[in-house]
Amino acid sequence: MHYRKFSRNLLLFLLTIPVLLFIYLPMLWLISASLSTQVELYAVPPNWIPPHPTLQNYMEIFFPSQAASSVPRTFAVSLLNSIKIASAVTLICIVIGSLAAYALVRVPFKFNRTIHLSILGTRMIPEVSLVIPLFIVASRLQLINKPIVLIIAYMSFALPFAIWLMSAYFQTVPIELEEAARIDGCSRLGILFRVVMPISVPGLISTTMFVFLLAWDEFFYALIFTSTLASKTVPVAIAEFVGRYVVNITGMMAGGVLAAVPPVLVALIFQRYIVSGLAAGAVKG
Amino acid sequence: MDLRRNANPPAIFSAMAANSKSHPKRQLSLHQQDTRTAWLLLAPSLVVILGVTFWPILSTFILSFYNAPTGINQARTFIGLTNYTTMLKDPTFWETIGRTLYFTFVSVSLELILGLAIAQLIHSHPWGWQYLRFSLIIPWAVPTIVNGAMWRWIYSADFGALNGLLMQLGLIKHYIPWLTLPNMAMNLVILADIWHTVPFVALILQSALATLPEELNEAAAVDGANAFQRFWQIRLPLLRPAILVALIVRTVEAFRVFDIVYIITNGGPAFKTITISYLTYLNSFSYGKQGTGAALSFLISFFTIIMAFVYIRLLYRPEENQ
Repeated sequence: MHYRKFSRNLLLFLLTIPVLLFIYLPMLWLISASLSTQVELYAVPPNWIPPHPTLQNYMEIFFPSQAASSVPRTFAVSLLNSIKIASAVTLICIVIGSLAAYALVRVPFKFNRTIHLSILGTRMIPEVSLVIPLFIVASRLQLINKPIVLIIAYMSFALPFAIWLMSAYFQTVPIELEEAARIDGCSRLGILFRVVMPISVPGLISTTMFVFLLAWDEFFYALIFTSTLASKTVPVAIAEFVGRYVVNITGMMAGGVLAAVPPVLVALIFQRYIVSGLAAGAVKG
Repeated sequence: MDLRRNANPPAIFSAMAANSKSHPKRQLSLHQQDTRTAWLLLAPSLVVILGVTFWPILSTFILSFYNAPTGINQARTFIGLTNYTTMLKDPTFWETIGRTLYFTFVSVSLELILGLAIAQLIHSHPWGWQYLRFSLIIPWAVPTIVNGAMWRWIYSADFGALNGLLMQLGLIKHYIPWLTLPNMAMNLVILADIWHTVPFVALILQSALATLPEELNEAAAVDGANAFQRFWQIRLPLLRPAILVALIVRTVEAFRVFDIVYIITNGGPAFKTITISYLTYLNSFSYGKQGTGAALSFLISFFTIIMAFVYIRLLYRPEENQ
């Protein structure tokens, strides 16, 4: 019996190995390549571990020298753009989205259900169906290449998503708490800010995280609405350089690693919230 | 939970008392107060959603009936359903639909099978299962574009890891330009997509598995059901809701795939990886045919809205809200 248990455990453990390899090998190769020099990267057979690992590619992004090519320079700027835009989108969505979610879930009024369903439904509209009119208006108002246009456009997917997550969370807040506050003479807004919000902090944290990841990941709008080096976000900067023949390929790999670090760190730190969020049907594809 | 119907007298009295203090002139009923508060709370979000979603989709719909070239001083002309009929008669359109459905079907089925297998593996608690679950979060969190770029480099003809690996294993004699092979390109894009999405499906299914009652499984084991029977006849039926969620979310997203194709192949080789979203993008922003682009994008919306309908029917539980 003991032997059977041991062999079962060993078999299962052996099954986890290919999964872990599939997850880690591509990333390890990317990281290893980002620590190489160009010459080492092109070696045949390949150097799986760089013979002379160097942080040069990273240093050039953080401290671009005058001699640095446009790759590292663009990267520093686009990292900053991405941080600004994703933070602004997240902040706005959390504030106005959680108010709306509360109204939809806990304040009875006539069009409650219709509005709730329409907002959930908009999550299914793809960006390509919205981008042409938004682009026409943005060009007329000369907002192309300004961060504000991306912040506004990102609302189209981020806000319904935030409302959805927050409404799912508010549904779990015990109604008895609100009734008790009501009996004590608290107004609706009083209940929301003094009773519901404080106990919804975990929901607010997980929504913040999901929306931030979503905004950081966004590519399509950013591709359409930005064309100058100064206005690009990280995904567009990566795509632009990958598409052409690039001299500084290892620099790009360092950029790719840097672009992945913030979302991966956020996700790992808030691991608990992701697993519970996914369980509740919260989904970022 | 309806406060209007179930409110006990003290609640009404105190609310009215509070109300009469602040608004001595206007006596609003609790219901009127609620309606006002609801609209107040909803107003900012509604304005934003009307502006960035409802207005553009309507506008796109109208644009799809026009010939709308993007050049300077080119006027739009109303052409009725011509954009749609031209599109439906164009073999390129049907090839693109076929390709998009191939991508959707292959990647979603692989994601589901692998996701389910990995979820079940974690659930069996092998040594290091916490570490496996932790590891799954990483590919899920890596941005789609970084994922695409990474695989593009892996497939690279000059320095790619795939060529290097196959060469060292002695499977190939010289480096192969993988992404220029017409029959390989789409499958390589699917492989890259799977790296990013299988962890997502596995995490959803694993968290669903964790909530299932163990007693049923144990009872079946006592009755002599083997592991295989227990999985197919007990776990799988109970997992159906979670599987449906994963399936629908992934199908909708796979059908509108754009980012990963854009970065790995740019639609090539010879248009062999152009998907329906990519075709829409090309029409609207490269070929200068916004009317055609609008018609195409409306078609994608139409498909996804049907999916959304199914999705909401499955996920939305009105008894919790009203």
